[in-house]
Amino acid sequence: MAIIVDKNSVILVQGITGKQGSFHTSQMLAYGAKVVAGVSPGKQGQTVHGVPVFDTVAQAVEMFPITASIIFIPAPGVKDAAFEAMSAGIKTLVIITEHVPLHDELDIMAYAEKQQVTIIGPNTFGIISPGQTKLGIMPNSIYTPGPVGVVARSGTLSYEIANQLTQNGLGQSTVVGLGGDRVVGLSFTEVLAKFEQDPATKAVVLVGEIGGNAEEEAALYIKEMTKPVVAFLAGSSAPPGKRMGHAGAIIERGKGTFQSKVTALTAAGAKVAALPWEVAELVRQSMGE
Amino acid sequence: MKLYEYMGKDILRREGIPVPRGQAFLSPSGVADFAAQLPGIVVKSQVLSGGRGKAGGIKFPASAMEAEAAAQELLTSLVKDLPVHAVLVEEKLKIDREYYLAITVDGGKRKPLVIASAHGGMDIEEVPEEQIIKFHVDVHAGIQPYLGREVARRMGLPVSEVKPFSDLLVKLYHLFRKYDAELVEINPLVVSDGKLIAADAKITIDDEAAYRFPEWLPRVEERTDLELKAAEIGISFVELAGDIGVMANGAGITMATLDMINHFGGSPRNFMDAGGGAGTEATAKALEILLSTNPKVILVNIFGGITRCDDVARAFSQVKESIGISVPLVIRLVGTNEEAGIEILRQQGMSAYRNIEEAVAKAVELAGEAR
Repeated sequence: MAIIVDKNSVILVQGITGKQGSFHTSQMLAYGAKVVAGVSPGKQGQTVHGVPVFDTVAQAVEMFPITASIIFIPAPGVKDAAFEAMSAGIKTLVIITEHVPLHDELDIMAYAEKQQVTIIGPNTFGIISPGQTKLGIMPNSIYTPGPVGVVARSGTLSYEIANQLTQNGLGQSTVVGLGGDRVVGLSFTEVLAKFEQDPATKAVVLVGEIGGNAEEEAALYIKEMTKPVVAFLAGSSAPPGKRMGHAGAIIERGKGTFQSKVTALTAAGAKVAALPWEVAELVRQSMGE
Repeated sequence: MKLYEYMGKDILRREGIPVPRGQAFLSPSGVADFAAQLPGIVVKSQVLSGGRGKAGGIKFPASAMEAEAAAQELLTSLVKDLPVHAVLVEEKLKIDREYYLAITVDGGKRKPLVIASAHGGMDIEEVPEEQIIKFHVDVHAGIQPYLGREVARRMGLPVSEVKPFSDLLVKLYHLFRKYDAELVEINPLVVSDGKLIAADAKITIDDEAAYRFPEWLPRVEERTDLELKAAEIGISFVELAGDIGVMANGAGITMATLDMINHFGGSPRNFMDAGGGAGTEATAKALEILLSTNPKVILVNIFGGITRCDDVARAFSQVKESIGISVPLVIRLVGTNEEAGIEILRQQGMSAYRNIEEAVAKAVELAGEAR
């Protein structure tokens, strides 16, 4: 088992003929992901690493039972691409693109909620269920199948953590990148709830950082969880957060700092690692090994 | 991008939201002539920071001559440690009441959020939670006048103000969407002779949407020259006060690298996120920027995913051959094409750590020796 995507996921790549789209299609295929089609308007009839290219998502969906799409479209076109995929009935979208305008993200998320679509990103490294499939740009080599779910806000930091887990003999069920932007599709809480339901996941690692109040919200849910959670947070040495004017401060009301996150997570029963290389040992302990 | 108050008010005016009569000046020349037309005068320093009033950045001169002197004084002073970009000379309003109104984005709820309070003015952060009204907006429905009437009711506004308030909120939301704003804040929104007027304006717009900003919209630059130079090559860079230059790839891992330096008792000179997928040229320029800040040591922490270790190593090799690397360079290099990268470094007599803990400890130790 895994969450959100698994070996049966049938994948579309939007923006497949671009440099990143093409390269990561090859990497996903090499990992064993079922990438069956790509979309690049005006490029119908071409193939990329043997994958057929279509002009529109609707055409691709007529040809294949696509369940998920990964988007490698430049930022100004992301809203259009995401709406196209959602309108075609695809229920899982991974948006790799960074620098997507905030208001486009608001529009995408509102439509996704209406269509009951799961969105990962934007500005994410994607999602991988080790040994099964990956939709993303993460290195293929550092993951191994196993019982630890990982959910992260930042990409490279999650590679560091996944690598440490693997080196310590702790495989992963699914590793999810929420995305680094202010408005993204999935929250920590939603992913934690999926891990809680997933029989293959025995413990969860949450990789967070200062700013916003997503970690504090997550803490409320962690209190209810039966599975152990280990957290690592970046930003312990950052000077008090640059606030986005009064309104930001009114929303946060003292949340969003490193200390408020550590306090909330600890009170909820999560173990918070002070340094990245402490994570694996804490996971091992929390699983009773 | 944060806009100065006068720029924000310019947008409010364009969108039909009342603002005081006023004009911005980059020098004291012309201030007296303009001020002479106003019944009462206020001179406001234009800096990108709140709390100007308390910091002495807002003056209430009694005459046009005094206004010019006040402008002269503000333009040559620092307000909240910031140089004053301009002064806004405005009509001084008779203030009956002060409210607070803002629209921003609630990332957690993925929706715009209206924040309003009948207790505006200074120190809005101190206003108790129960006196603050919050409303999430469905972007498909937008804000219709009924929502303005409802917010006004909850604020306890008098009947005569309900329609003007509701109209203003509809316009403000329209502006928020049209200009890709992250934040539009009016504090205080004043009642003066029965009219609602935006006495201050704080607008932040989303840089990611810069490609669709209107032509006339001014560009405001807050970054230092070095930060700008880094931005030109697609690198996020912030100068700090310590002595260990840092380059990592990804915002989270860069932040964590600073934390680790701190943990071992060191002090970072900067935050440099070389991003995902930086190639040889960008990495070489990034290293040159780091060298120009005269750190005691440079610590590089690369976990290659999209970024290829051989590209990174080639960049270091290139800089070493062209301008030389004058300070100790501690490199941690793992991930995509790791072996090729380490071989390139070896040929240049450089080496790399695989373990992050050892690399950070070494960098801190070397910085200590050089101090």
